[in-house]
Amino acid sequence: MMRYIKSMTGHLVLAIFAILALIPLLLVLINSFKSNAETLKNPFQLPSSLSFDNFVTAWTYGKFSHGFINSIILTGATVIVVLVFSSLAGYVLAGQKIKRWPVIMVYFTMAMTVPIQLFIFPLYSAVAALNLTDNVVVVGVILAAINMPFATFLMRTFFLSVPSEIEEAAVMDGVNTFQLVRRVLIPIVRPGLITVGVIIGLNSWNEFLISSTFLQNPENQTLTLGFLTMNGTFSTDIGTMMAGALILIVPILAVFVALQRFVVDGMANGSVKG
Amino acid sequence: MVTTVSVSPAHRIASGRRASYLRRKSALNCVLVAPALLLSIIVVVIPGALTLLLAFTNWSGIGFNFQFVGIDNFEKILADPVFATSLRNNITWLVLFLTLPAIIGLLTAALLLGRKKMRTFYQVIYLMPYVLAPVVNALIWQTVIYNPHGGVFGLFGIQPPSGSAATSLYAAAAVDMWHYWGFLTVVYLGAMRQTPGDQVEAAIVDGANGWQVFRNIYLPSIRPTLLLMGVMAVIFSFLAFDYIYLLTQGGPAHSSEVMGTYAYAFAFSSFEFGKAAAVGIIMSFFGLIASVLYTWISRRDVTK
Repeated sequence: MMRYIKSMTGHLVLAIFAILALIPLLLVLINSFKSNAETLKNPFQLPSSLSFDNFVTAWTYGKFSHGFINSIILTGATVIVVLVFSSLAGYVLAGQKIKRWPVIMVYFTMAMTVPIQLFIFPLYSAVAALNLTDNVVVVGVILAAINMPFATFLMRTFFLSVPSEIEEAAVMDGVNTFQLVRRVLIPIVRPGLITVGVIIGLNSWNEFLISSTFLQNPENQTLTLGFLTMNGTFSTDIGTMMAGALILIVPILAVFVALQRFVVDGMANGSVKG
Repeated sequence: MVTTVSVSPAHRIASGRRASYLRRKSALNCVLVAPALLLSIIVVVIPGALTLLLAFTNWSGIGFNFQFVGIDNFEKILADPVFATSLRNNITWLVLFLTLPAIIGLLTAALLLGRKKMRTFYQVIYLMPYVLAPVVNALIWQTVIYNPHGGVFGLFGIQPPSGSAATSLYAAAAVDMWHYWGFLTVVYLGAMRQTPGDQVEAAIVDGANGWQVFRNIYLPSIRPTLLLMGVMAVIFSFLAFDYIYLLTQGGPAHSSEVMGTYAYAFAFSSFEFGKAAAVGIIMSFFGLIASVLYTWISRRDVTK
């Protein structure tokens, strides 16, 4: 009996925290279908009818067509650069293939914790002087550079789990280093690539400080920045704001739930193994 | 080790290839690590080094006309009461993030440890706010929770905390912590699962109860992770920016200003890039202390 009560208390605590995490998201779902008058009465009330007007308004005024394209280009640029560069570096660091590998490890550890405010001001001026502001690819590459240390560490831990016999056997068969990486190592660490791709992709998709500073022109703004500019006009229109939020939430949660295994693994690995 | 005396021709060719491979290997490996290193140096280190220089100038951020003004920027900032508020708010932020999310994370991770079936389900739900953009999370709270007209606080007729000077910092911290604690659940649970099972079994055989097992077996076992997450919380507390900037803009009347928002306002509102750089350096100094600690801890883990 005591055991049963204990177990139920545990479940209750877990459920309470689940509700805590979900309530704001449920409020988005409920209110995105309601008119403003209905929300003003009670935000917890279920909608009396399903209206999609809020979504049309949000999509138009949030410039979500532009936003989706820009966010996809920006995130794509970050993910491609990060995956190529971090897997090459992670491979070298995992095998301790160069003499100065500990120096590089210390460098990346320090670089991971450098505050954006330490380099953003001269970086902004340099990018502006080169006329490269409002360029989503440039912002994507900058975000790749910022995420590089963490991605390299994660890739390194994945390469550490590859037995050195496999590599030696391939070398015996006469493949060069590039073939080795492309045809032997990459297929083995594919789960690692997916994990790093998803985590860095989410970081880049959600990023605020760099993208809001470097992307000022409405045509070049990402999805989240478009949603933010909506706030000026629609801050009193809860339904439209919630519809905009739902449009941004649904694709991210869909990707996250589909790939949750990789995200959870990456977070646990990255922090447990340092 | 060698069992055969004769070496086949095929083996000889292979070992010849191996020797030439080894000669080229070192240079090639440097080429492989170079792109990641160079990109990081160009984007982070060079502008970072420039910041160290520009903090001693009156640079406006436009063009390259500036004069060296010595430690003028630092003197003005340290004398500014808003800076004192910012620093105090960063420290409050640090205390909040070292305690509340860590306690919730440990509690939920410990409860999930023995519940294999429900583990994935709860982890996915707890991580949902974490994977959403700060812009989305902040605007959700601002619009439908901290809204006196139609939000949850409006419904109960309570003045939302984001609007008053006494509580604005906590209003922003609450949203940031709401989005963050699930990450700690996942990290702590991952660490706890690495605890050797025989230690746990031995403790249970010795008659230890749930709390004793947690306190004496799991907690010491995840100590490195706890320490690392703690150091990360210290670093990110001094860099806090997104949720405060989005929810309160540092206001009302600078009450929720942190060093991040304070520096940003210098650069992009009043175009005093020199002062912004100086604040950036002060922030980095606090981050650096934690970062050295972090490097030292993780170095020790890697080499042990």
